[in-house]
Amino acid sequence: MIQFEKFQLDNGLKVLVHQDTSTPMAVVNVLYNVGAKDEDPAKTGFAHLFEHLMFGGSVNIPVYDEPLQRAGGENNAYTTNDLTNYYCQIPAENIETAFWLESDRMLSLAFSKKSLEVQRKVVCEEFKEHYINKPYGDAWHKMRSLAYTQHPYRWMTIGASLAHVEDATMEDVKDFFFQFYRPNNAILVVTGNVETEQVKKLAEKWFGPIEAGKAYVRNLPKEPVQEKTRSMDVRADVPLDMLMMTWHMGGRFDEGYHATDLITEVLGGGTSARLYEQLIKVKQIFSSIDCYHFGTVDPGLLVIEGKLVKGISMAVAEKAVLEEIEKIKNEILDAKEVQKVINKTESVICFEDMSIMNRAHSLAYYELLGDADLMNKELGMYQRVTPTMIQHTAQQIFQENNRNTLYYYSKS
Amino acid sequence: MALDRIVAPVIKDAIDFNIQLKPYQKFSLDNGVEVYAYEGGSQEVLLVDMVFYAGNSFEQKNWVAAATNFLLKNGTASKTSFEITDAFEFYGAHLNRTCTNETATVTLHGLSKHFQEVIPIMGEIISEASFPEKEIAILKQNQIQRLLLNLKKGDFIANRLIDEYLFGFDHPYGKYSVEKDYTAINREDLVAFYEQYYLNGKCVIFIAGKFPSTMESLLNKHIGQLPLNKKEIKEQAHPIISATEKKYSIINDAASVQGSIRLARHFPNRHHPDFPAAQVLNNIFGGFFGSRLMSNIREDKGYTYGIHSYLQNYKHAGAWMVSTDAGKDVCKATIEEVYKEMKKLREEPVGEDELKLVKNYMLGALLGDLDGPFQIISRWKTYLLNDLTEDYFYNTIKVVRSVRPEELQALANTYLKEEDFYELVVY
Repeated sequence: MIQFEKFQLDNGLKVLVHQDTSTPMAVVNVLYNVGAKDEDPAKTGFAHLFEHLMFGGSVNIPVYDEPLQRAGGENNAYTTNDLTNYYCQIPAENIETAFWLESDRMLSLAFSKKSLEVQRKVVCEEFKEHYINKPYGDAWHKMRSLAYTQHPYRWMTIGASLAHVEDATMEDVKDFFFQFYRPNNAILVVTGNVETEQVKKLAEKWFGPIEAGKAYVRNLPKEPVQEKTRSMDVRADVPLDMLMMTWHMGGRFDEGYHATDLITEVLGGGTSARLYEQLIKVKQIFSSIDCYHFGTVDPGLLVIEGKLVKGISMAVAEKAVLEEIEKIKNEILDAKEVQKVINKTESVICFEDMSIMNRAHSLAYYELLGDADLMNKELGMYQRVTPTMIQHTAQQIFQENNRNTLYYYSKS
Repeated sequence: MALDRIVAPVIKDAIDFNIQLKPYQKFSLDNGVEVYAYEGGSQEVLLVDMVFYAGNSFEQKNWVAAATNFLLKNGTASKTSFEITDAFEFYGAHLNRTCTNETATVTLHGLSKHFQEVIPIMGEIISEASFPEKEIAILKQNQIQRLLLNLKKGDFIANRLIDEYLFGFDHPYGKYSVEKDYTAINREDLVAFYEQYYLNGKCVIFIAGKFPSTMESLLNKHIGQLPLNKKEIKEQAHPIISATEKKYSIINDAASVQGSIRLARHFPNRHHPDFPAAQVLNNIFGGFFGSRLMSNIREDKGYTYGIHSYLQNYKHAGAWMVSTDAGKDVCKATIEEVYKEMKKLREEPVGEDELKLVKNYMLGALLGDLDGPFQIISRWKTYLLNDLTEDYFYNTIKVVRSVRPEELQALANTYLKEEDFYELVVY
């Protein structure tokens, strides 16, 4: 049970406080309700590029990192398709430094030309390092554009192409900032050795004077129900054939969400999971295989991907995966297998909640979903999943017309 | 009064913090295996780390140590690989294996309330591992495929080669596996290694988290009766034979858009008196986000997504390493800038302000690193396995607090000399 208190400033900034006096540290986490899905299709990669620009100096503070490091703090950030999250960990005694820094960059960035020029290059190198100069690095670009035709999940956070990042202008940067980086579009979470009263005072002092922006009304195109199975062949200079399949699944609020999460555990969670045992160990068709999903807010994808043992044909591999899929659709799980994946989930939640950093991330994320207290209800949601619900959800998701397949062949 | 956003809030310097390494509890099992324990934390979880002196420096054939370690849980006298994993995972527990140069570990992460259900299986895999032929064959096949994939990656090749240049291919720190090493392994190799280094091996245990009240007796029942720590395990001395040629440029993939750059020189292990001050110098040079290498090569020039330097501190020897992936057309310029930064550190003393920032950053980060039971036991584990005591911890803090710019400049003149560095780019 993670206890927290919650209040809101007049400018709309939501603030959550979780106290833990056993640590000398504090975490200050600012989540902005903007992700790659909010980008203009002609200017993708922007939310992520922005994450870089947020370290290039703000209106009153030329550099972000130095004063934080001087106060003994560390920081980082990440961007997903749904959100952008900034966080710093700092000795609790110096927490005001984090408020000063975070509030100034919410007030306004410095919009330095040099920072934009350099960070465009840095992001291009990041793009090359992770998506070009890496075997199968383009697989997810291809899969996303295959599986989604309308919804902005069709591009990755790094951007649909290098050109979009290279072409970003200062005008674009300013527009993006003042549209999304406003207090009424953000959630501030403070965890660690802090008092709520102290956080209230600091939040009022540093974030209170920032003007609210125009409310952001998210109106994203819905992905139509897929009516026919889709596939794509890729040939590349990779050593092994890879098979990647995805099926559309419900979003974070879908009633089948927790059952879906458990399906990925049954199939792909660890070395006692079905795909590993059957396809790597018993049949030796794959040398590696995974099943997972991204837990996206909007309807997402359930993924199975694996590398084939050399000499095995794509058709044989595909058939073997589909046999496992048929099994989970047609045969009800025994109670013990369901109990296993629930126990595993309980364990994952306990381990995640060990650090004040993760607790801050989770509180911010669940507050974004609508209520931070969902964090404490999550395990209960899993515990209520029954074998019948799993089977029912599997039957809904694993339909042939709902499938997208990438046949990624080795040229050699 | 208007809020002053220009002037930073008053801070307490991290160099003035009273940083303590909380002590461990220690007890011995009936067979003499020592258990180092740190109890605490907010969640009902625990960690049991069994460390065996079974790292790759003990093997006669390449890959035997790692394969033995990996296959420990893939079958016992009475259980299949699947039954073992399933038994752990049913209780939400996870068993990891890791093999390093000197030691190999078997690590359990799990819920405290289920410890009594999983510790017997942990004991079983240590005492009854059976190494089925089929499991060995699958591992070999998958390992070869993984290698084929990794050999496509410039950074993987670069990491292997730079260690080979530094330590020599016949040294545990410099060697790596090739395809024929995997095919050459047979069951007898693994069983022999297992019997010597696990079944009758030398073991030390680290535990942390929330313990059930029966922790000690359960460990004693399931681990304390095994024939461990009866025989002396001798560490062999391995001579270091470094490459004579210093500069390398390798084309692994003609279509590559980046180069993996590694610059490295030898550096002593943690017992050397220069080590703590070198950590400060390393931070200034390339050890954190605000370092000179990052500021210059990423934040000013945009040549790379990230560049880092670090002290690679193995037990008996180490290296000072600079590592980055940079755009193909700017690899040469990147290397030149690294050398420029070394030269600057040799020729100009570090400014007081920069030094103070780094000291505060290091000690603030240290305070954060000691937050939580797993972090505390992990630090103790590092110290104990490297024959260090808490004096090392407090001495490091003392040095970080007090080291002067001229001492760092002297260190730079000893260690950050261009001609001492191996230089490698893999495209």
